[in-house]
Amino acid sequence: MEDIRNILKNKILVLDGAMGTMIQQYKFTEEDYRGEKFKDFNVSVKGNNDMLSITQPEAIKTIHGKYLEAGADIIETNTFSSTTIAMADYEMEDFVYELNFESAKIAKEVADEYTAKNPNKPRFVAGSIGPTNRTASMSPDVNDPGFRAVSFEDLRVAYKQQAEALIDGGVDVLLVETVFDTLNAKAALFAIEEIKAERNIDIPIMLSGTITDASGRTLSGQTAEAFLISVSHIPLLTVGFNCALGASQLTPHLEVLAQKSDLGISAHPNAGLPNAFGEYDETPEMMANQIKEYLDKNLINIIGGCCGTTPAHIKAIAEIAEGYKPRLVAGC
Amino acid sequence: MNTEKKYLKLSGLEPLVITPESNFINVGERTNVAGSRKFLRLIKEEKFDEALAIARHQVDGGAQIIDINMDDGLLDGKEAMVRFMNLIAAEPDIARVPIMVDSSKWEIIEAGLQVAQGKCVVNSISLKEGEAQFIEHAKKIKMYGAAVIVMAFDEVGQADNYERRVEIAKRSYDVLVDKVGFPSEDIIFDLNVFPVATGMEEHRRNAIDFIEATRWVRENLPNANVSGGVSNVSFSFRGNNAVREAMHSVFLYYAIKAGMNIGIVNPAMLEVYDDIPKDLLEHVEDVILDRREDATERLLDFAESVVSTSKERKVDLSWREKPLQERITHALVKGLDEFIVEDVEAARLEASKPIEVIEGNLMAGMNVVGDLFGSGKMFLPQVVKSARVMKKAVAYLLPFIELDKGGESQSNGKILLATVKGDVHDIGKNIVGVVLGCNNYDIVDLGVMVPPEKIIQAAKDENVDAIGLSGLITPSLDEMVYLAKEMERQNFEVPLLIGGATTSKAHTAVKIDPQYKNAVVHVHDASRAVTVVGDLLNKRTNQQYVGDIKANYVKVREGFANRSSKKEYVSLTDARKNKFNIDWNSTTITKPNFEGIQVFEDVDLTKLVDYIDWTPFFRTWELAGKYPAILKDKVVGVEATNLFSDAKMLLAQILNEKLLTAKAVFGIFPANAVGDDIEIYGDVGRNEVEAKFVTLRQQSKKKEGIANIALADFVAPKETGVEDYMGAFCVSTGFGTAELAAEFEKDHDDYNSIMIKALADRLAEAFAEYLHEKVRKEYWGYASNEVLSNQDLIKEEYKGIRPAPGYPACPDHTEKLTIWDLLSVKETIGVELTDSLAMWPAASVSGYYFGNEKSKYFGLGKITEEQVKDFSIRKNMDLETAKKWLNPNLAEN
Repeated sequence: MEDIRNILKNKILVLDGAMGTMIQQYKFTEEDYRGEKFKDFNVSVKGNNDMLSITQPEAIKTIHGKYLEAGADIIETNTFSSTTIAMADYEMEDFVYELNFESAKIAKEVADEYTAKNPNKPRFVAGSIGPTNRTASMSPDVNDPGFRAVSFEDLRVAYKQQAEALIDGGVDVLLVETVFDTLNAKAALFAIEEIKAERNIDIPIMLSGTITDASGRTLSGQTAEAFLISVSHIPLLTVGFNCALGASQLTPHLEVLAQKSDLGISAHPNAGLPNAFGEYDETPEMMANQIKEYLDKNLINIIGGCCGTTPAHIKAIAEIAEGYKPRLVAGC
Repeated sequence: MNTEKKYLKLSGLEPLVITPESNFINVGERTNVAGSRKFLRLIKEEKFDEALAIARHQVDGGAQIIDINMDDGLLDGKEAMVRFMNLIAAEPDIARVPIMVDSSKWEIIEAGLQVAQGKCVVNSISLKEGEAQFIEHAKKIKMYGAAVIVMAFDEVGQADNYERRVEIAKRSYDVLVDKVGFPSEDIIFDLNVFPVATGMEEHRRNAIDFIEATRWVRENLPNANVSGGVSNVSFSFRGNNAVREAMHSVFLYYAIKAGMNIGIVNPAMLEVYDDIPKDLLEHVEDVILDRREDATERLLDFAESVVSTSKERKVDLSWREKPLQERITHALVKGLDEFIVEDVEAARLEASKPIEVIEGNLMAGMNVVGDLFGSGKMFLPQVVKSARVMKKAVAYLLPFIELDKGGESQSNGKILLATVKGDVHDIGKNIVGVVLGCNNYDIVDLGVMVPPEKIIQAAKDENVDAIGLSGLITPSLDEMVYLAKEMERQNFEVPLLIGGATTSKAHTAVKIDPQYKNAVVHVHDASRAVTVVGDLLNKRTNQQYVGDIKANYVKVREGFANRSSKKEYVSLTDARKNKFNIDWNSTTITKPNFEGIQVFEDVDLTKLVDYIDWTPFFRTWELAGKYPAILKDKVVGVEATNLFSDAKMLLAQILNEKLLTAKAVFGIFPANAVGDDIEIYGDVGRNEVEAKFVTLRQQSKKKEGIANIALADFVAPKETGVEDYMGAFCVSTGFGTAELAAEFEKDHDDYNSIMIKALADRLAEAFAEYLHEKVRKEYWGYASNEVLSNQDLIKEEYKGIRPAPGYPACPDHTEKLTIWDLLSVKETIGVELTDSLAMWPAASVSGYYFGNEKSKYFGLGKITEEQVKDFSIRKNMDLETAKKWLNPNLAEN
């Protein structure tokens, strides 16, 4: 299969949309989540979406298939929370390797199927590496600002285990995403660099931060440019933003990246901002229309969706991206 | 892609990019237990709040990086480093700058790197323990994403001469770049600053070897940086600060020239290079540059005399020996605020009432200033500096005066000043305020965008003696007319003063003066304000003066009426027949490389400096002449040079500390002319009209062969079928100006408050120039081969034009609304339009781009009511509104 680095030079690649939104439609019960394997597990596991790759693999494969059918070039593994740190809530730390390995494997199977159907449009699997539920540069205790609930070393070990399992499972790219604390991301990148050196491989890395709100900063307080500088020591395939904001609110921050960076730029925004019920209600057309602005401004190399996006959104985005050339590296 | 030079980029919560324009990056060093006993004590006693206050003080004081060092035998350095850095991370006003993790122990460095989200600097590593460990540490640093200081140290020892510095730097660089793959721009060499003038022969070349090695590194090791701790160089003169300060500044002067771009300097231990007395400078330079065999002995001898007389020697302080009044006058005339409080206090003790110091001592000094200014021996920038001293003195005296309560200050009069509604420009108004203030008038300054009701009300409440109105944009003229009418209606008697760039004697005479039966005076520039106000308020002679002015304005009105009746206009139809013709079959139209809208959020201000046109800057300060010739001008040359150097200094601070933000939005679109309108299309097929620019056509009767131009003539008419394009833009460098000006005003520093606005205006114009070049050469690309100097740019020798609504080619301000809609200017970059369509922040420029080689700047001149009607229909605007906006261009019937 052709290297994703080469394809990226000539084409805007489309990333898939939300996994959680699609899983919700199945309305799985506690029993469904447990499946055969975790039938007698000691804590409640409903809501642990990542484990469905083991207990409901057909559902996950079907969702991957829908996104590929919609035109996605890259699908994300169902592993956003598959680290020992994030799995601690479900006491599933011991299954982390298996979760990542299986998720990567089934995603790769579906992707390969679609590549075989149309070899001119090769499909890739990105191993999703989420931020965990702890931050390394902020204290959870307002009375003790010097306290930290997780250390760089804790994160490095956890991320390393996840990344190794994803690579063993066959992912083509690693996607460190929804970075709300740059120090967490630096630990993930550190772990991946270790693996690359140990295994003598050169797996591409996508990095995607999160601008939390209108302040234009990450949760840990960095501006877009400071974030970019803080992660530029690692050779990245793309840098970008996802989640928290809809496509139009994300524009100015993507522009900063596009101006200040020579790297490829990725974006996978939410389907707008959540409404009063916490639901995302931007239609595929609305979202595609806003993404057209990225394309008109020539900001983008990889484009997809985050919370609230569906195959219909991805289809609309893929169709509109089709007519555009990817961003060439340039700045003012 | 990026094959050019690479720059060191660091980050805390905010970025720090070190470019050649950054000057010198100062590292704060007070959070270092080895360097600060106080900090050590606070850490030992776990008084972290106070320790954080030290860090905050450093950042507030301008440190662009803070060095943290916890190397002390009695501390758990690793624990202290982690604890302190975690606490800093919770303080956004400290954490915004990058951190230098400083330790001789690797485990402390690594622990520090593990708690920093930004890109730090490691201080330091070296080849001291051999290449293997050096490589291992460098690899780790790279994975943590930090830059590194490399000491000039190897297995043999510390580099102490030129050759060894070069040898170790070269070897370290090669190992880092070739074996580790370390980014060359992330390498900072510390080439060891050692003391000179120690008396030891082998120390003679310590400074010059450092400087020369610095030069070698910067010339031979691409992208590498050089840093050093400066205070070491003067170690042998401990106790003699005058000499040490001079040594530091001489050393820095040459080291920075050679390429040292980062360092630890205590600003309190630094003399201004130009202020070092000549003889001391010569002796110090002899030592630093090793220019003489006996340099050290000569400096030692000389230093003894410096010690005994160091106070007097620093600068020429002989004026301090003079009597008190002369000292106060000297301080006011020279704009020196250093001793003013001391002198004013002395005067206060002598006086029977504190108010007498203002009315006696200070006014005596200001009278000298006023006389010198009036006779052209002092210039505006100096007067504003004098005002700064005056304000400081008055601020000191006020509490005493209030305590005393006895005396009401006897001022010459109370003057109300305001920039009228809808207008934001206040540089000129502020200058007038300062100049009048210096002449003992009380100023009631209502600021900018002041509605007429508020001016009227304040004038009554404050019982003012005169009202001064200022404005820069044309709609402000109507506001002034309105205010004159209101003053008449409400039976005001005080004089009305008119000033500002668009105002004129003619407009004042023709439009404003007839509205108000009392005095109306156009004040051409700030320096006239004092005499005009003096004449107006002089009870003995003012009747005569006002009568003369009124009579003069009647003459102006008559002359104007005669002149305008002679002017001939052609009908709109005839004007259109005589349009400016471009042969659309043969003209070159370049399809833009970029179509659509582009936003720039934070453009590097340093890129704009070369594009500054300085001539208008001097005009703002009422110094006449072209830059750079003005600096050598016989009359104003010295003052222009001083002003220019102050401007450069503030500009450097703006650039270094990123005090202003440059934002821009522009768009290039498919476009065709339809009649005198230009349609902007939202689609390639040119069916959706996204916006329509309405242009105005010259109507004065032209000579044979001269066209009646409208901007629409520069775009291919739709019926030709030729696919043409045009653009629009808005740039601003005004974000931050108001805050900075307010800061300066708080310190009674009008000089810098005016300076910052004047500089922001220049930067905005420079930005417009810069962006236009980018558009011509890259985004549109019709002039990709263009090579023009800044002089050529100022002379507008480029192809294509960028006329601005509100200016001669298109005086209609309402076109800005169309630009704002089309580019979403407010939403993208935050520049807003006032009621009168002035841009806010004031340091903003907007306009159109026309790319045709035939397009040129022109002045619309006057137009007839026929065109205003036609315009109102095309604009979908009622006729009255259209007339209001086009009033300044409407020909008299």
